Amino acid sequence: MYVVVVGGGNVGYYLTKELLAAGHEVVMIEKDPSRARTIADELGSIVIPNDGCEGRYQAEAGMARADVVAAVTGDDEDNLVACQVAKMRFNVPRAIARVNNPKNEALFRRLAIDDTVSPTRAILAVIEHEIPIHDLLHLAELERGDVQVVEAQLDASSPAIGRMLRDLELPEGSTIAVIVRDDHAIAARSDTALRVGDSVLAITSAEHEAELRSLLIGE
Amino acid sequence: MRVIIIGCGRVGAMTAATLDERGDHVTVIDVEQRAFTRLPSTFGGVTVRGSGTDEDVLRSAGAEMAELLIALTQGDNRNAMSAQLGKHIFGIPRVIAKINDPLRAEAYRTLGLETICRTVVLADALVLAAAEGAEATNGAVKPPTAEPRQGTPPRGSRASAQAPAAPEES
Repeated sequence: MYVVVVGGGNVGYYLTKELLAAGHEVVMIEKDPSRARTIADELGSIVIPNDGCEGRYQAEAGMARADVVAAVTGDDEDNLVACQVAKMRFNVPRAIARVNNPKNEALFRRLAIDDTVSPTRAILAVIEHEIPIHDLLHLAELERGDVQVVEAQLDASSPAIGRMLRDLELPEGSTIAVIVRDDHAIAARSDTALRVGDSVLAITSAEHEAELRSLLIGE
Repeated sequence: MRVIIIGCGRVGAMTAATLDERGDHVTVIDVEQRAFTRLPSTFGGVTVRGSGTDEDVLRSAGAEMAELLIALTQGDNRNAMSAQLGKHIFGIPRVIAKINDPLRAEAYRTLGLETICRTVVLADALVLAAAEGAEATNGAVKPPTAEPRQGTPPRGSRASAQAPAAPEES
């Protein structure tokens, strides 16, 4: 695959190195000339020492025949613009942006950036999984956030303990998809009773999320 | 009209002050508190410290109710992003981004962003000035009369520093 990497910070450097090792063809665009030289000294003449948001340097990098552009600088606005220019001017099939502020993911998706990777969100997710929480865990967003896939960990304070699914008055647009009990997924049937320690995976509309939360977790 | 201006540099401060004087509701955003000192003491609008590319900052600046957003920071990319946040996340009816790179400005226009490019504006103004005269610039200038063209050099110039000190006028 032919990949153009925009940004030669730590992420860009290791990404380029891994891609090369995996046999891909890679060109990197890095704005800081001395950083670009350092990387070129090690990885060879695959570094364009210029602004990766500018069309002419993207052209120089062969963006028109790139399969993927990965914009991984430390600045969300630069990553956004680099991807937009690549898509608009060179019709790159796949644009991936690093997103530092997780809130920007929604904007980037709306602006036709194919994939976003947010290290902040990834770390947050790890922390949320490690620390017992009394809230719904967001696993995925569908329909631009209108539909949420969430997980609720049931402890003894949950009002749903001991109740069968058919007795739960689930809010409109919500459904329980699966229950994880003792590391096994069990089907969510109407006669399944919920127990302490269950992990309930549910799908809900964003507007009824709060109701679902109070039903499964309590106030 | 409710207007959000991002970037309180010289252009941002002057635009904010003029719109405020006209009676618009102006909110100015800048990352530096110090930048707001460029606003005149009569400025009646709101100042918000923070980044104009941050959704939360824009929300606290009233982006949900704004009718116009103008992004005037020094970074083209920052302006493009602020403007697109305003347009797509907050649904602001009109957004203007200052984009100094003419090529990029053109590209963003095709994405539905109103852009203003200093290079283009200034070049247009100068072509107009060449064709139409001083009405197209900041106005005609009178030829200087106070400065002597010959004789003793003006005080404070390099020539006067080397010349023997002129007797103090009384």
